[in-house]
Amino acid sequence: MKILVGISKAPDTTTKIKFTNDNKEFDESGVQFIVNPYDEWYALVRGIEIKEAQGGSVTTITVGKEDVDPIIRKALAVGADDAVRIDSEPKDAFHVASQIANYAKENDYDMVLLGKETINYNGSQVGGMVAEIMDLPYISNASKMDLDGNKATIVRDIQGGKETLEVETPFVLSAAKGMAEQRIPNMRGIMAARSKKLEVVEPVDAEELTEVVSYALPPEKGDVKLVDPENVEELVELLHKEAKVI
Amino acid sequence: MAVLAFVDTQEGKITKSSYEVVSYAAKVAEKEGGEAVAITYGDVDNGDLEALGKYGAKKVLINKSVTNMLPTKLAKLTAAAAEQEGADIIVFAQDFTGKSVAPILSAKLKAGLVSGAVDYPDTTDGFVVKKNVFSGKAFAMYKVNTEKKVISILPNSVGKEEVDGTAQVEEFSADLGDSRITVTNVEKANTDGGIPLTEADLVVSAGRGLKGPENWGMIEELANKLGAATACSRPVADVGWRPHHEHVGQTGIAIRPNLYIAVGISGAIQHLAGVNGSKVIVVINTDPEAPFFKAADYGIVGDAFEVVPKLNKAIEAFQAEN
Ligand SMILES: Cc1cc2nc3c(=O)[nH]c(=O)nc-3n(C[C@H](O)[C@H](O)[C@H](O)COP(=O)(O)OP(=O)(O)OC[C@H]3O[C@@H](n4cnc5c(N)ncnc54)[C@H](O)[C@@H]3O)c2cc1C
Ligand SMILES: Nc1ncnc2c1ncn2[C@@H]1O[C@H](COP(=O)(O)O)[C@@H](O)[C@H]1O
Repeated sequence: MKILVGISKAPDTTTKIKFTNDNKEFDESGVQFIVNPYDEWYALVRGIEIKEAQGGSVTTITVGKEDVDPIIRKALAVGADDAVRIDSEPKDAFHVASQIANYAKENDYDMVLLGKETINYNGSQVGGMVAEIMDLPYISNASKMDLDGNKATIVRDIQGGKETLEVETPFVLSAAKGMAEQRIPNMRGIMAARSKKLEVVEPVDAEELTEVVSYALPPEKGDVKLVDPENVEELVELLHKEAKVI
Repeated sequence: MAVLAFVDTQEGKITKSSYEVVSYAAKVAEKEGGEAVAITYGDVDNGDLEALGKYGAKKVLINKSVTNMLPTKLAKLTAAAAEQEGADIIVFAQDFTGKSVAPILSAKLKAGLVSGAVDYPDTTDGFVVKKNVFSGKAFAMYKVNTEKKVISILPNSVGKEEVDGTAQVEEFSADLGDSRITVTNVEKANTDGGIPLTEADLVVSAGRGLKGPENWGMIEELANKLGAATACSRPVADVGWRPHHEHVGQTGIAIRPNLYIAVGISGAIQHLAGVNGSKVIVVINTDPEAPFFKAADYGIVGDAFEVVPKLNKAIEAFQAEN
């Protein structure tokens, strides 16, 4: 199996979000970046498992400028064979999807694996767009995938439950929890990652359909109203009369 | 001009957030000077479809031949409906269906997509929609630069408004092509008849503070009394105390109920990321310094094993009176 995995950069999950430049930009100062968890834990690891079981290759693809290279090295340390970076600022989902789709089309992959969403922009957009641009079947929010030759049996989350389906390669899939178990890279993996190939590719022309004009933080919560544990009736009363939720 | 609302169905029933989608589409249509039209599929009762008029739909198109939720087919169906109706704006719910269908449609129509919208478009300077980013820790204003636009709204964020009216129902067919995917099985998440977490208005959730799975009885009792769904923190699902589909947070599912009661959960930032859209948060925790209290509206500093049984009694008494 020739597998392509979309890897994106995300702020560490504990990051306190702030903005600069008149709330027009995300303030990256002091922010620790990680591989977007869904990309790393689920899409990438499942790709590597498939390669380990039946041979083939796992290439990661990232749309971004040089600043994402350390993130790409982390993905290589987990066990991808090589990496491609499309040298373009990932401003909009359609722009990113166009880059991935174009590269994937030219290089004939059996499957394109993505995370179900990025934890910074939470779009859940790129996967469906890649599939549509490539005219391939799209399996969203997949939590399990088994392969038999070129036929995959996949379980995905749907509204109200789970759906099991069969599809032949090639296809595009977005991975969710359950797909694989997180792998912590060992020292050997980290060392090996340094010498793996990271190819930088020029972007193709692709429109940006949307743009962020500004950011805002949610209003601060007021102080919590504490209720005496000996008087839980008061809580019920508050939820009924004040909050009006019961 | 029309605004098209994608109405999702499950076993012939219109999903809850679809009413919000119709109401949203109707409001946008009113502002833009057009009509709201709904597109749906499956074996739905005609009366239920006409009743979408109560949320502002003038017309409902239904395709009865589509029976499963395969995204490519649903995207083709929606694109065909948008074309027939001359709809430039298409609205989805940002749920599992919307997350799979909206991006395909967006790429098909080259229509800019705002996913996870929490407000109506602001058209004073272009077409700008506010959406959730950084797992609910912030908002971004997204400007859509294309003539056609796709918006998927976060469930329970804009609400819905009732108006007078019935919708006119029309059968709708379109060339949906052959599917390369074969669905072999569909399993419902809540075979026990409980309320699905993603649809719940009220949620009772518990964490490691409960010490073990055998102590969830009082949590389920509280949920049952309130008509709430149950949820849990990640470590609790990881060790198998609770099923995985109850795990909320950054790596689980994100919910925005009207009421979220958190028992024995510390309130780590990754947990908050999945619940910070809740309208009202109640925290019950022994530790007054637990970070969750900072995100809470109401709190009780106390032992869950004493407080929750008392709370169950108090709710029983309240319900007897009301
Ligand atoms: C990348 C990443 C992603 C993550 N994603 C998620 C996620 O999606 N969802 C999630 O939940 N977590 C997530 N986590 C884990 C998160 O950081 C916390 O570890 C987790 O939320 C803690 O769960 P908890 O509050 O149940 O347990 P603890 O942190 O152990 O807290 C237990 C709480 O119970 C209280 N307590 C103890 N006894 C009692 C009692 N008798 N009565 C009342 N209160 C009591 C304690 O004071 C404490 O506050 C993630 C972590 C990482 C690194
Ligand atoms: N800049 C990027 N480069 C490569 N892959 C990406 C990029 N952005 C998003 N993806 C992939 O697309 C998935 C969905 O992203 P999103 O649509 O932004 O939620 C992610 O989990 C990644 O696998």
